[in-house]
Amino acid sequence: MVGICQTPIRPATRFSSLSHINLLPVLFLFVTAELLRSVISQQRVPYTNQAGALIDAVRAVGEQLIAANPVELAVGNIVRRVLYIIREENLSLAADAIGGLNLSAVSDDEDDTERDDHPVLSAAAVAAAARSTLRPPSLHALLEDTSDSAAVPHTSSGGDSEGKSKSADKSSRSRKLKHDVIEAVNELIQDISTCHEQIAEQAVEHIHQNEVILTLGRSRTVMEFLCAAKEKKRSFRVFVAEGAPRYQGHVLAKELVARGLQTTIITDSAVFAMISRVNMVIVGVHAVMANGGVIAPVGMNMVALAAQRHAVPFVVVAGSHKLCPLYPHNPEVLLNELKSPSDLLDFGEFSDCLDFGSGTGSPLLHVVNPTFDYVPPKLVSLFITDTGGHNPSYMYRLIADYYSADDLVLLFSDGSGRLMFAGGDKDAVYMEYCDLSHHFPFHCDGMNMK
Amino acid sequence: MVRKKGGGHRVSDEAEEDLSHVPLQAILLADSFAQKFRPITLERPKVLLPLVNVPMIEYTLAWLESAGVEEVFVFCCAHAKQVIEYLEKSQWFSQPNFSVTTIESHNSVSAGDALRFIYERNVIHGDFVLISGDTVSNMSLTQALQEHKDRRKKDSDAVMTMVIKTSKPSPITHQSRLGTDELFMAIDPNTKQLLYYEDRAEHMKGTISLDKTLIADHPSISLYNDKQDCYIDICSQEVLSLFTDNFDYQHLRRHFVKGLLVDDIMGYKIFTHEIHSSYAARIDNYRSYDIISKDVIQRWTYPLVPDVQFFGNAATKLERQGMYRGSDVAQSRYAQIGPFTVIGSRTSIGNNTTISNSVIGEGCTIGSNVSIEGSYVWNNVTIEDGCKLKEAIVCDGVVLKSGATLEPGVVVSFKVIIGEQFVIPAYSKVSLLPQPIKQDSDEELEYADEGSGTVETPSITSLADKELKFKSPETPHWSTSELGTSGSFYIWSLDEGGLEEEWRHSVAHIPEDKLAALLQAAENDLDVTAQDGNVLPPSGELDTHTNSENSEDDLDDLKDDSVYFEREVEATFLRAVHENVEVDNVILEVNSLRLSYNMSFVDCAGAIFYSIMKLALETPHNSTSELQRNAVNAITTWQKLLKHYLQSIDEEIEVILKYEEMCLESAKEFAPLFAQILHLLYDKDILPEEAILSWASEKEGADDTDKVFLKQAEPFIQWLNEASEEEED
Repeated sequence: MVGICQTPIRPATRFSSLSHINLLPVLFLFVTAELLRSVISQQRVPYTNQAGALIDAVRAVGEQLIAANPVELAVGNIVRRVLYIIREENLSLAADAIGGLNLSAVSDDEDDTERDDHPVLSAAAVAAAARSTLRPPSLHALLEDTSDSAAVPHTSSGGDSEGKSKSADKSSRSRKLKHDVIEAVNELIQDISTCHEQIAEQAVEHIHQNEVILTLGRSRTVMEFLCAAKEKKRSFRVFVAEGAPRYQGHVLAKELVARGLQTTIITDSAVFAMISRVNMVIVGVHAVMANGGVIAPVGMNMVALAAQRHAVPFVVVAGSHKLCPLYPHNPEVLLNELKSPSDLLDFGEFSDCLDFGSGTGSPLLHVVNPTFDYVPPKLVSLFITDTGGHNPSYMYRLIADYYSADDLVLLFSDGSGRLMFAGGDKDAVYMEYCDLSHHFPFHCDGMNMK
Repeated sequence: MVRKKGGGHRVSDEAEEDLSHVPLQAILLADSFAQKFRPITLERPKVLLPLVNVPMIEYTLAWLESAGVEEVFVFCCAHAKQVIEYLEKSQWFSQPNFSVTTIESHNSVSAGDALRFIYERNVIHGDFVLISGDTVSNMSLTQALQEHKDRRKKDSDAVMTMVIKTSKPSPITHQSRLGTDELFMAIDPNTKQLLYYEDRAEHMKGTISLDKTLIADHPSISLYNDKQDCYIDICSQEVLSLFTDNFDYQHLRRHFVKGLLVDDIMGYKIFTHEIHSSYAARIDNYRSYDIISKDVIQRWTYPLVPDVQFFGNAATKLERQGMYRGSDVAQSRYAQIGPFTVIGSRTSIGNNTTISNSVIGEGCTIGSNVSIEGSYVWNNVTIEDGCKLKEAIVCDGVVLKSGATLEPGVVVSFKVIIGEQFVIPAYSKVSLLPQPIKQDSDEELEYADEGSGTVETPSITSLADKELKFKSPETPHWSTSELGTSGSFYIWSLDEGGLEEEWRHSVAHIPEDKLAALLQAAENDLDVTAQDGNVLPPSGELDTHTNSENSEDDLDDLKDDSVYFEREVEATFLRAVHENVEVDNVILEVNSLRLSYNMSFVDCAGAIFYSIMKLALETPHNSTSELQRNAVNAITTWQKLLKHYLQSIDEEIEVILKYEEMCLESAKEFAPLFAQILHLLYDKDILPEEAILSWASEKEGADDTDKVFLKQAEPFIQWLNEASEEEED
């Protein structure tokens, strides 16, 4: 399996080593999604258990992708979304089969034999059927149902073995599954590319006349959000905290001014001084965790605390692909990434402080340059996603719409034995919903060492 | 090189058109052509040595790929097979849009040879990046490349762009952070043209000299000593042909760069590109290995850091306090692992072991109560209980039996077993292979004798037998020892520089006492220069004054020089005698010698007189009378030469003093003839009476022992005195 995946995985791993060239995260996601799509289309589907084979293939590639760049949580999210799509498609096909064609239950059981976490076969089939009937189908499934019906005549045309109706049906089913999955993945890619617009549509509901908005760093979602309000003839002002040490705020300010917005740049350290004049803080984030906490560019926690102190709403805008089904205490979640000290200080100026030859052999000067901050859920007032506004406490529910509980833990292969959540322990995942601040080294005692 | 200027323009224009579709190429020299990493490099090529658990060449290749290079030619020479095997196993040969080709040569002994070899292959079709396989960088090439191309459009003679970076050298040790010598560069601040490059300033006794024309041509010149050469060059195709035309170019910097800088006929120019926020450095010696490892751990090389997977490294996690840990590390609860430490996967660490500022490779077994500080432990090393390692490098497969101690700066090469309780003294290099007997002082010529590639690693048992043979007296350069209860290896002796220089390049930091000594020396230097400033002579007398000052300041130095000078003059003179050279020509030759040794006429006179007398002495003779006749002959024949140098009384007195000295020391046969010869010289008008008299009066006050000859000559001097009195009368 891995052998098959060797070729397509290269470009993605390349990006990990290239990440200092500052790839747009969205582009990163496209590459991931397209890569997975190509994996699916190249995967030779076996006679039975097509879904299982597809899941295994995607999972194997996904593991490598995540291992290559564990800090980019969105990659894992996309992998899980694709897995979920495969499962959903398989379920809806199975439901069709049960309901429409009245096939014997045996074939369905065969399909499920390889499913790792369904020990009792018939129970699985029953459960699957029950799930698809009892649970209100997700938005995705609803959309898919319509497209399925349109696709049926198209797929049924390819019947080469006419001898057994059952096998003919199976082969068409397998092809249909693959086809549907690819369709759905395409839709996912489409969703990611349009999520900015969907979020921006809600801008007028949140930004009012003569308000002052504060943001930190640069986020394309925030930029589109603000511009959408501007286009609706709202007049408001924006404070941009520059976002040291990468100063992405400068770029954002430039873009906003180009769109005709009144913009003020402030230093990060001036946020507390300015926050009393601010009506709302709107920020973009790196990832939204299952407990409603966010992983955001460094300095964000400080902004959130300042907003809380002055009772300013702290609003996070994020596409649903940023929603990570993991809890931040999960060891699989790599919370932070330390970048090169050269962002902070000039090597030439400080090279004598780093001259280990004449010193004691250990550097006296340490430079810590973390990329991210963790903002706990209690500091977040509202999430605005492409499906509307949500409370932080609603995030765990939203996860069920996008991910299958079976896919939450992808990295089984990590032999360190430090992953506590095996597949069946998913209840434990939900149980661990609690205050997590003590799990965050860089907030409690800091990455800074004593 | 012989290409006409106009032709050069046309060719470069064509090349530029080509550039639009020629992929960016790079030459990666997988051989450093130096011996700094011996004994390790006897068994494994330098580019495959792990730097923070990843072979160095991976850093270079990963950088080249991310910088947009599409075609890389890896030049392998020493241990070529190992390099090629490694690359075949790695994923580099199967990359899309990034082709890696190996070029194997067995008889290249320098970078110059390598480039000539590549030129013959005719694979480089445009601008290329020249880099050696031990360079770590994360810079973006785009800007440098664009600058290079723009310059080429304007001026086809701009053949090379050199990447430099600011890094302050240590003011005390006069060496850079990376353990290389201080580097002096003169750069035109407007055009960024490199005008002067001197990386061996240490040997120039504190002076550098710039050509006057440089200042005439460039209105402003910036002179730097805080720049570090990154050894990343963007070269045009001409560079390869330049190497081919100048077959004596060996070293990239010492020959090629300096050669281009002094050669104003062809007018080729070298430019610099300074990088600020990104990182680039080359591992040149053990010190830079240490420093660059620490830079990697401190993430200056981001994204080429252990916890980001580029090619060839295993998954590693960054934990608190800058600690990196691979998977499957079995660490005792009581082990203390300090900050900035890397632990490779599958390594186990025992109780009460402390590790700080170190890199531990994969699959190592570390016992209890071990202390590892600032050390580099490579893969599959076994360290038993109670060992102590401080600032040492331990290669693959080494076993340290319990209680062994490695002092700072020790390098233990592959598969050595060090016995119980054994202490390896500081700065030693330990290997299973004996130190090569041939001490080739010219480091250019490394691998000349072992270009064939891999060196067989003899098994330990066979070595034990060989050991006695190696102990035989005809190989005094290295010592061997059978150590501990189960150890068997060679401790290499230090180079001629010995311990004195070893600390400069070792992984160990510079000891306190060395620093103190250096500080003292630096202060002394300052004193001397201050004094010089005070006694600056008035203009006009500058020349003579500095001479006399020199003679006071560094008398030793001068003495050496004068001895050499005397020998040279003597040789010239003897040749003149044997080949019947015209006196005028001899004068010319002696004059040129005088200038090259910076000597005065006084020295010439002394030396020539010495040579003449030596000639007389060496002509066969049986008695003193015969000797006297010889002397008369010699002096008569060469009086013109001698007289040429006797312009003033100083020189004449010098001749007498020299003669006296000879009689006393080197040619005692003349002693009884002193007065006669003196008389002869007077007769021949070589020495005027004033000189003789003033010599006599000078000698009046001397000791009795010194007066031997004065007494001998007393009658003559008395006669002279009388004669002069008579004249006055």
